[in-house]
Amino acid sequence: MPPKRKPKLAVWKFASCDGCQLSLLDCEDELLDVAGEIEIAYFPEATRAMVKGPYDLSLVEGSVTTPHDAQRIQKIRKESDYLVTIGACATAGGIQALRNYKDVREFISFVYATPEYIETLPKSTPISDHVFVDFELRGCPINKYQLVEVISAFLHGRKPNTPPHSVCVECKQRGTVCVMVAQGTPCMGPVTHAGCGAICPAFNRGCYGCFGPMESPDTKSLSDWWKRLGASDDDILRAFRSFNAYAEIFRRESEAHE
Amino acid sequence: MTQQFSILEREDFQKLIDVLSADGYQVIGPTLGEGAVIYDELTSIEQMPIGWTDIQEGGKYRLERRDDDALFGFNTSPQSWKRFLHPPSVRLWQAHRTDEGFELQHEPIEAPRMAFLGVRSCDLHAIAIQDKVFMNGDYLDPTYKSRREKIFVVAVNCGQAGGTCFCSSMNTGPKAEGGFDLALTEIVESRQHYFVVEVGSEKGQEVLHQLPHRPAKDSEVKAADNLLKKVSKQMGRILDTEQMQDILYRNYENARWDSVAQRCLSCANCTMVCPTCFCTTIQDVTDLSGSHAERVRRWDSCFTMDFSYIHGGSIRYSQKSRYRQWMTHKLATWFDQFGTAGCVGCGRCITWCPVGIDLTEEMAAIRESEGAAPKPGRKPASAKP
Repeated sequence: MPPKRKPKLAVWKFASCDGCQLSLLDCEDELLDVAGEIEIAYFPEATRAMVKGPYDLSLVEGSVTTPHDAQRIQKIRKESDYLVTIGACATAGGIQALRNYKDVREFISFVYATPEYIETLPKSTPISDHVFVDFELRGCPINKYQLVEVISAFLHGRKPNTPPHSVCVECKQRGTVCVMVAQGTPCMGPVTHAGCGAICPAFNRGCYGCFGPMESPDTKSLSDWWKRLGASDDDILRAFRSFNAYAEIFRRESEAHE
Repeated sequence: MTQQFSILEREDFQKLIDVLSADGYQVIGPTLGEGAVIYDELTSIEQMPIGWTDIQEGGKYRLERRDDDALFGFNTSPQSWKRFLHPPSVRLWQAHRTDEGFELQHEPIEAPRMAFLGVRSCDLHAIAIQDKVFMNGDYLDPTYKSRREKIFVVAVNCGQAGGTCFCSSMNTGPKAEGGFDLALTEIVESRQHYFVVEVGSEKGQEVLHQLPHRPAKDSEVKAADNLLKKVSKQMGRILDTEQMQDILYRNYENARWDSVAQRCLSCANCTMVCPTCFCTTIQDVTDLSGSHAERVRRWDSCFTMDFSYIHGGSIRYSQKSRYRQWMTHKLATWFDQFGTAGCVGCGRCITWCPVGIDLTEEMAAIRESEGAAPKPGRKPASAKP
């Protein structure tokens, strides 16, 4: 067999905290394997070497918040065979999408001494609002094992195992007792996409919904029950308006409690 | 008549754990954890939920102190014994790439020898149902079978019924009628605290022989009988099973399915906690280099979209179709498939539904939609949000 050309990987940053890119560096044990199977062609967070496109796989972190970024993502899409978005910013607009509920010009005038230097869009939007996305990996931050799984699946032409069901399934599989039923703690687990391994309930906290909406979320039914547990409209609004504030279903539920 | 019953005093109970441990069993029994009575490995009676009980309602579970020191004074646990016999995740095989192709490596089946301490009658029936699923006919499940064949079962007859229990309706309790090695009825009175022991197998007899015990007096056996009679009238829920199958088959279209779909989160909790639900999915995983692959079996649920995914999409797309599928399977089609109901009346799906959906209430509503008057004694439907 002729030697196989290693697929070229690029990692791009948009408006984000870098936490999801760090998950790749955080892979430690797996990182050498990744480097063995893939040519890391563009990853400024990890290496100064920058190989020109086209790329076989682009991982995109962050949301689009500036006119410049809105153009940049178009170019990246053109240069990428596969484009995978990673994390809540890239898949739902991120925590910075809280601006979408306010007038961003007001923020600029308060924060910056010379607001006219600031060029920003009124809304923080997910990558899929701008270009076709081949696969979205959820989480704030993403789960590093899921990232390796997505890269492995890409390399071998198979579907990634990233189940879109509720966090509850993960709680039950690991044997965690339901914090909502046994303690009356409001929990986002029933409407939240699995992937973290149900970390918060395992530490006796309600789920914060970091992975965004699950495949068929009934946010209204959950909100109704939260009220019975004593949550106020404001509590519910805040719960749905966090890292995935601009994910369509969470957005609508938060607006219902304004 | 009474010779078949023996008495084990409360102060000798530790010896039961010791004897089972000495026989090489990993003893699994009730203990307090995460705000509930859960099942975990036990070495000492001190780990047991002495003097605790639980209050259960739709979507609600709370621990409470009892005014006695009962060892088994609680109701059903958050999860059943299913996770020990049919584990949530099992690797089925691995494969390694070789120069000629690939090499399969079958997973060795290493089943622990487990003694289950405190299996309630509903759960004994649930194990019998899973036996039919996994150990009958041509297709045996080696993981289940190897675990199942090694267990020692200490049943405990229920001294009280929980708020979501309805075993009386399903004829599955509260008294253990079979499927155990030993069955205990705990009697806590002001000056005495003892267990009436019934032997269910030779293995059970051998264990009892190693314990300090004496023949039960008539009055002690009667105390146990009276207690169980009382419990069967305490059920927190009632499910009228008369013509249940036919009613469900006639009502694939019924407005009640729309109503429950408004509340159902399709989170899958009911199926995870159900002691008879057995569905799994298969995940095939490769490593980055493609030199190693493995197949893992995990619990799945008919409430997930992937569950009914066939080429092109999920065939049970709506919450309505998924809830209808689940309840109709439990209470009707299960009879056609396995000759029993798929429900044992343990009430876990009611307690552990995060929004308190109650299948006894849903079934009653469908029955009443056909014009039947509510049966006297059925608990009124609880208020829903």
